[in-house]
Amino acid sequence: MAASAAALRNLAPLGVRLARLPPRGRAAGRLLQQRRGIRLSAPAAIQVTVRDALNQALDEELERDERVFLLGEEVAQYDGAYKISRGLWKKYGDKRVIDTPISEMGFTGIAVGAAMAGLRPVCEFMTFNFSMQAIDQVINSAAKTCYMSAGSIAVPIVFRGPNGASAGVAAQHSQCFAAWYGHCPGLKVVSPWSSEDAKGLLKASIRDDNPVVMLENELLYGVPFEMSEQAQSKDFVVPIGKAKIERQGTHVTLVSHSRPVGHCLEAAAVLAKEGVECEVINLRTIRPMDIETVEASVVKTNHLVTVEGGWPQFGVGAEICARIMEGSAFNYLDAPAVRVTGADVPMPYAKILEDNCIPQVKDIIFAVKKTLNI
Amino acid sequence: MRRMLLAALSRVLQGPAAAAAAAGRTGAVSEASRVLVASRNYADFASEATFEIKGYLKSALCATLLVHGSGTKLCCTHGGLTGRVAGAAVVYYCLLEVVVEEKCDLHRLEEGPSTTAVMTREEGLHYYKTMQTIRRMELKSDQLYKQKIIRGFCHLYDGQEACCVGLEVAIKPTDHVITAYRAHGFTYARGVPVREILAELTGRKGGCVKGKGGSMHMYTKNFYGGNGIVGAQVPLGAGIALACKYFGKNEICLTLYGDGAANQGQIFETYNMAALWKLPCIFICENNRYGMGTSVERAAASTDYYKRGDFIPGLRVDGMDVLCVREAAKFAADYCRAGKGPILMELQTYRYHGHSMSDPGISYRTREEIQEVRSKSDPITLLKDRMVNNNLASIEELKEIDVAVRKEIEEAAQFATTDPEPPLEELGNHIYFNEPPFEVRGPNQWIRYKSVS
Repeated sequence: MAASAAALRNLAPLGVRLARLPPRGRAAGRLLQQRRGIRLSAPAAIQVTVRDALNQALDEELERDERVFLLGEEVAQYDGAYKISRGLWKKYGDKRVIDTPISEMGFTGIAVGAAMAGLRPVCEFMTFNFSMQAIDQVINSAAKTCYMSAGSIAVPIVFRGPNGASAGVAAQHSQCFAAWYGHCPGLKVVSPWSSEDAKGLLKASIRDDNPVVMLENELLYGVPFEMSEQAQSKDFVVPIGKAKIERQGTHVTLVSHSRPVGHCLEAAAVLAKEGVECEVINLRTIRPMDIETVEASVVKTNHLVTVEGGWPQFGVGAEICARIMEGSAFNYLDAPAVRVTGADVPMPYAKILEDNCIPQVKDIIFAVKKTLNI
Repeated sequence: MRRMLLAALSRVLQGPAAAAAAAGRTGAVSEASRVLVASRNYADFASEATFEIKGYLKSALCATLLVHGSGTKLCCTHGGLTGRVAGAAVVYYCLLEVVVEEKCDLHRLEEGPSTTAVMTREEGLHYYKTMQTIRRMELKSDQLYKQKIIRGFCHLYDGQEACCVGLEVAIKPTDHVITAYRAHGFTYARGVPVREILAELTGRKGGCVKGKGGSMHMYTKNFYGGNGIVGAQVPLGAGIALACKYFGKNEICLTLYGDGAANQGQIFETYNMAALWKLPCIFICENNRYGMGTSVERAAASTDYYKRGDFIPGLRVDGMDVLCVREAAKFAADYCRAGKGPILMELQTYRYHGHSMSDPGISYRTREEIQEVRSKSDPITLLKDRMVNNNLASIEELKEIDVAVRKEIEEAAQFATTDPEPPLEELGNHIYFNEPPFEVRGPNQWIRYKSVS
């Protein structure tokens, strides 16, 4: 399941250490802290992988509220298929961390029912591809119930797991579900990129009284990101429905979510050398989408490029473009908005084919130059 | 007495066969279904068999009663207290203990529910009134639907009243219930007033969910609907049971589904997890013999729905007899509360209406069949006869209840047809729970609705 070294090099944003190297300095201290509970002097910013950030978030929320519990395939005794829930079963036991049989529709329904009756489940899908088997429970039972019951039944549940393309897992295991889940009123859909996003959004999702779909990314799990002191606190949450400007710019707005945010930053670094300053927006939340931040940015830069891993038709980028057209920002566009997406094919297996099915840095650079007509 | 019972049984079993031969019906009706119909003819059964009724003294106000053979009432003593029969028609006895030849097939169970059911006069009147209210409410809904005041889907429950009433009186208000779309009976049994149910059906703001849900999505405390997707409510019910076990308050969840839904894969996934984790869940299959237009023989390789849980113990119960349902549900509830895990109950019942209001209900079954069930196994008639024959109530008294029920339904229908529709602002509300207000898009970008939780 671990990405190859080459893939890691491809995706690691510039200036960030690779996860493979043993942690030193503050990171080592943090590791000691995590694994043995040894408290050192309060650390400043440290490097934390997305995996560890998610693990911390789960740990903290399980501790904070006894109604929270985790269920899914291999989450307990296997420590999680992707080790996200490492150590949690040992700490919290069978009642709080539950291994399920391979019955997505069944256990998703059970999780939703438990939420209706007052618990706060975190329902893990080994990948969101398998959530298709349970999608009726997510949409018809979870998303719509608050509305149908005129607010008398809440469904405080989180559905989480890896979404989108991985490395070499082929068509049935590589689909992006941001557009599908983002389509439905009643759901909240979040898509973290960095460790701060992952931890803050997971905590916010668990504390939210509504059904939240959290689309993680398997290739990001092992990637370390800097986490500020504030982000290390047990009460750190990232608000759902608010985008983050990862990089300020003036010439073009790049809007993205999840792993492609990293690609956008890489493209921005390359373009900066040519004098093009890109503003990179990390959406963080798909629904409700923070279109205001995008609009404000487009008003400033007059150019828009959306970047996503999913298929182009009816995708996240299509929605952003439509909304920009409908809003005040349209009058500030100097060129049509452009979308960079996954290729409109089921994901092939061979590396050269797969690499050309996901948006690469060169594709983003090309799109920016096209938009700016340079 | 046993010989008389057996004689009665054989007469009853021969009955439908003879009738079928007379009607010239072909062998399309299987042997299994003939036996099933026979076992449901409880009224026949009762009038043929001899009852041994034991008096049960609960308080000084109650007298014991011995009914013997042809029905002669005798004066008797019990435990030193003498009760006097003043006059057969005038004195009503509080309690009645009935030895019921309960047709209860068992699967992986050593013992079944009690074959004696104690019903007090108050209980009997309550069951009668509740079932009659549901019956008249459903018939009123039929009327309103034909007048186009109710629209969309409307799945009526008349014929099946004994199921929801028997179940409700066997459990506590703190227990939980979830069912499928044929839910009006359960909605009422769980405490929603008739006027709120009818107003929900007519889509008014006085409806129990403000007109947002409609026929298939009515909710109240510890009642989770009303679910439109066939079978989806079963995993939900097991999840509610998981919460019951998690919170440790000794509550259980009744999870209902039909004979059509019983073939859904997610139900078997749920059986597995419920048994694995010993969830306090009673799976209840309301077998009304037809999944929409498909009879059980055409839909299921095994129509023994009480056995379909395999490793989950099961029992099959006459769903037209409210006392049978009650005793079986009590048995099942005790089983669950003892921490033994899930249990499965099949209630054999029947719906008089078609699948929904758009289905006349006679293309896949005969009018004769419907008539036969109505005349021989109607749950309300069964209860009425039992009460009248055993002096728990008089016919006049029950007629008074009928009149009161009709009045209540009329008033509720009046409310449901005159209450205003929900205001347009309601359109955007309740998308989320406990959320600050936000805007929701309408049919075009200039139409915005405010959404409050």
